[in-house]
Amino acid sequence: MEFNTITESLEKINSNKISIVELNDIFINRIKKNKNLNAFIYFDEENISQQIKKIQSSKNNFKLKGIPLAIKDLFCTKNMPTTAGSKILQNFQPSYESHVSQKLLDQGSIFLGKANCDEFAMGSATNTSYYGNTINPISPRGSQLVPGGSSGGSAAAVAANLCLGATGTDTGGSIRQPASFCGVVGIKPTYGLCSRWGIIAFASSLDQAGVFANNIADTAILLREIAGYDNKDSTSANREIPNYFENLNQDMSGKVVGVPKEYILPDIPEDISKIWEQAIKSLERGGVKVKNISLPHTKYALPAYYIIAPAEASSNLARYDGVRYGFRSEEGTSLDEMYELTRSEGFGKEVKRRVLIGTYVLSAGYYEAYYIKAQKVRKLISNDFNEAFKECDFILTPTAPSPAFPLGDKEDDPIKMYLNDIFTVPASLAGIPGISIPFGKSQNGLPLGIQLLSKHFDEQLVLNAGLYLEKNNV
Amino acid sequence: MSSLIQGKFSKWETVIGLEIHAQIKSNSKLFSSSSTKFGSSPNSQVSLFDAAMPGMLPVINEFCIKQAVKTGLGLKAKINRYSVFDRKNYFYADLPQGYQISQYKHPIIGEGAVTIDFKDGSSKDIRIVRLHLEQDAGKSLHDQNPSKTYVDLNRSGVALMEIVSEPDLNSSHEASLYITKIRSILMYLDTCDGNMQEGSLRTDVNISVRKPGEELGTRCEIKNLNSIKFIKQAIEYEAMRQIKIIEEGGIIEQNTLLFNPQLGKTKPMRSKEEAHDYRYFPDPDLLPLKLEDDFIEIIKKDIPELPDERKKRYINEYKLSNYDSSVLTIEKSISDYFDQVLGCHKDLKKSAKLVVNWITSELFAILKKNEVEIHNSPITPYNLGQLVKLIISNKISGKIAKDVFEDMYKNSLSPEEIVNSRGLAQVTNVKEIELIIDQILKLNYDKVNDYKAGKTKLLGFFVGQAMQISKGKANPKILNDILIKKLS
Repeated sequence: MEFNTITESLEKINSNKISIVELNDIFINRIKKNKNLNAFIYFDEENISQQIKKIQSSKNNFKLKGIPLAIKDLFCTKNMPTTAGSKILQNFQPSYESHVSQKLLDQGSIFLGKANCDEFAMGSATNTSYYGNTINPISPRGSQLVPGGSSGGSAAAVAANLCLGATGTDTGGSIRQPASFCGVVGIKPTYGLCSRWGIIAFASSLDQAGVFANNIADTAILLREIAGYDNKDSTSANREIPNYFENLNQDMSGKVVGVPKEYILPDIPEDISKIWEQAIKSLERGGVKVKNISLPHTKYALPAYYIIAPAEASSNLARYDGVRYGFRSEEGTSLDEMYELTRSEGFGKEVKRRVLIGTYVLSAGYYEAYYIKAQKVRKLISNDFNEAFKECDFILTPTAPSPAFPLGDKEDDPIKMYLNDIFTVPASLAGIPGISIPFGKSQNGLPLGIQLLSKHFDEQLVLNAGLYLEKNNV
Repeated sequence: MSSLIQGKFSKWETVIGLEIHAQIKSNSKLFSSSSTKFGSSPNSQVSLFDAAMPGMLPVINEFCIKQAVKTGLGLKAKINRYSVFDRKNYFYADLPQGYQISQYKHPIIGEGAVTIDFKDGSSKDIRIVRLHLEQDAGKSLHDQNPSKTYVDLNRSGVALMEIVSEPDLNSSHEASLYITKIRSILMYLDTCDGNMQEGSLRTDVNISVRKPGEELGTRCEIKNLNSIKFIKQAIEYEAMRQIKIIEEGGIIEQNTLLFNPQLGKTKPMRSKEEAHDYRYFPDPDLLPLKLEDDFIEIIKKDIPELPDERKKRYINEYKLSNYDSSVLTIEKSISDYFDQVLGCHKDLKKSAKLVVNWITSELFAILKKNEVEIHNSPITPYNLGQLVKLIISNKISGKIAKDVFEDMYKNSLSPEEIVNSRGLAQVTNVKEIELIIDQILKLNYDKVNDYKAGKTKLLGFFVGQAMQISKGKANPKILNDILIKKLS
């Protein structure tokens, strides 16, 4: 039996065609066979069997009964260590469960383990994790491709059928880009739809939890369970959460799709332009009106993002100081030395780079020129989208400027690595929802992703458009 | 101006601005629900947020916002409808987040003013620049172990109001009056317990000196003073230190200083070059704080009568002096006591000054001697009112009253009980007094002759003798009148 969707598995579990143990065993065995992917930082069979026992003994009417999931190691979990992919949190065991993961547990899902990710979610290839890089399961024999990042472990786990769904976080593209690289669906909801409480912060004004799944229907099911107001997060939105799954409707006729001209880049690979065009054509066939739109400040998005995100990160990561928890260097004879050594040894290269950038852009004399200016750009980008959505219902772009690339590529050139986020960052800055769905293949047969963007809190529309494209793929 | 300081060569003016950190009276912290109780065992009042565990987020405590707005209203200050919480970034072992959540560019309260009163009846307005909310840090305990420092996070995240004044103060005396006044307003408002010993009110002093009329000098900041006595000492020492440097041809370096109370001296903590770059930026975990008019209006209704209004009432209704009124009103508990005394009987209002004298001299002295706070006084406001009533209705003399007062304090009895049981009521019966006078004149006939020969100063002697025989109970006026008549 295949068992790669939540809908099918739920149906089999609820009709007792398969037990929770049997279902999870399928995935546990796959994980064991695919250790080489290094998709998980933490995986423990005993821990899983404890969870299963708890669910089996409960009479609750769970919505995700027995569904095996992977949890990005940025979500604090009460019964599993949480490292954020960093040495500085090695063996850190939270005494609390993040709001989002608690909601998934409350619905009877099973956490198979903690998915690998870039250290503190800083990266685009899941190669900055202290616990080793994750390999993209679609890598052709004899090669090792990256799964994208930062939620590369989650995307890889879903793509390799090591679980039925996974949580991720997206700050500038960390769900959408790996979804595209691994050939799965990944959604970054509107900023504020899901609580950030208990998620290790990278850049608080951009971080948002989301999910990966093998199709739109599963994505819709998971999204509904993780969304919702939380009074422990002041930036959480207090609004009714629709039943995304039941509301799914692939009839797109009469809708207007916006195609932003600023996303047409000179050095974009031909296969990517091709699938973008094919997606537009496909939508047109479904009765969607195509509109060329302009998002004039797009080119400033990436620089603005690489000021705002590091600025917030430099402050958010100050708490990892060796005083109260996590790694502490044993060397050093003064408080300042302890700080220096702990943070030098505890953080990896990319994290240090961003903390330094962030500290620099916030420092006296540079704050106005960098941080304030970047905030102004952010406002302009946000306005660009507001204007665009007066003309169209949703926007269609490629998710990433390339398919998955070989491990080691771009590693010595941070700017090249940062360019991975070029299509995903603007939506992050504007706080609007974005989804990446697999669409077409590269000339080498690698999966490619198409990104759909909509207005704040209109997740339903990108799910519907995604469903249409899923059914009308090339 | 009398507040000028005489240096070696010329007179100098001290220019002082204060930053008062007042702990908000609230059961829970600014962004978490942990208790704020003072003196609990270390690290027993620490939430996951207070310890800056990964992924924890701040949630604003609405009560603290109300307290800040209430304080703003009490300081006659502008209430900003829009304010922003910022992060002030620096590393220290007792600062778990690596930043303090504070308000930088957009504080919750804007410009205001408070009035300070001087003994000569004059007064001065001190302008307030702003009041902003911020988290307190934890405490580093350096004295628990010879080689280790321990951290107590109970105070971490407790709400503070930082009240910043303009540099309108010109002497240590003015500074002490200002702090006393701020403390008084906060305590009337019940927004801070005013307990300086427990650190509920801590002050940073910005101080510079200049020749009158000249440009402002370079200032130094003295950090974290927690008593009015130390503030005065620190200002006086620092002003002289600066004057000496300038008069000797030196220049003042903009330093942050610490005051050592044992030595009575300030010493440098860090120089301008070593100053932190706090890298302030808006806290992305908190939305800007927007206050609705209704929210403010409801708090307005909750503002009690404040010291200045009470002072005006005392001046207008009881004809008390400005100074007496400010002495009474500066401590809410004293003023409340005074109001209760006057409330005992309508006749006391006309003798308010007498009541003031009894409170500020006899009562203060005996409470101070016994180290008792006025709200725990064994002499209740009612009993003190009755005592003054006995005086103004000539039932007892002022001298006897002091005796009764001591007894009231010791035995918590009412003045009537004491006067009756000890037979201390004043003798106003003319015949009775005449008998006493006749007796002493007979016994001292030689002195009577001396008096009649011109030694009129002897009158005091006769009065004393007569009082002694009456055991102090004779009405002094009647006694005097009869004596003079008999001697003439």
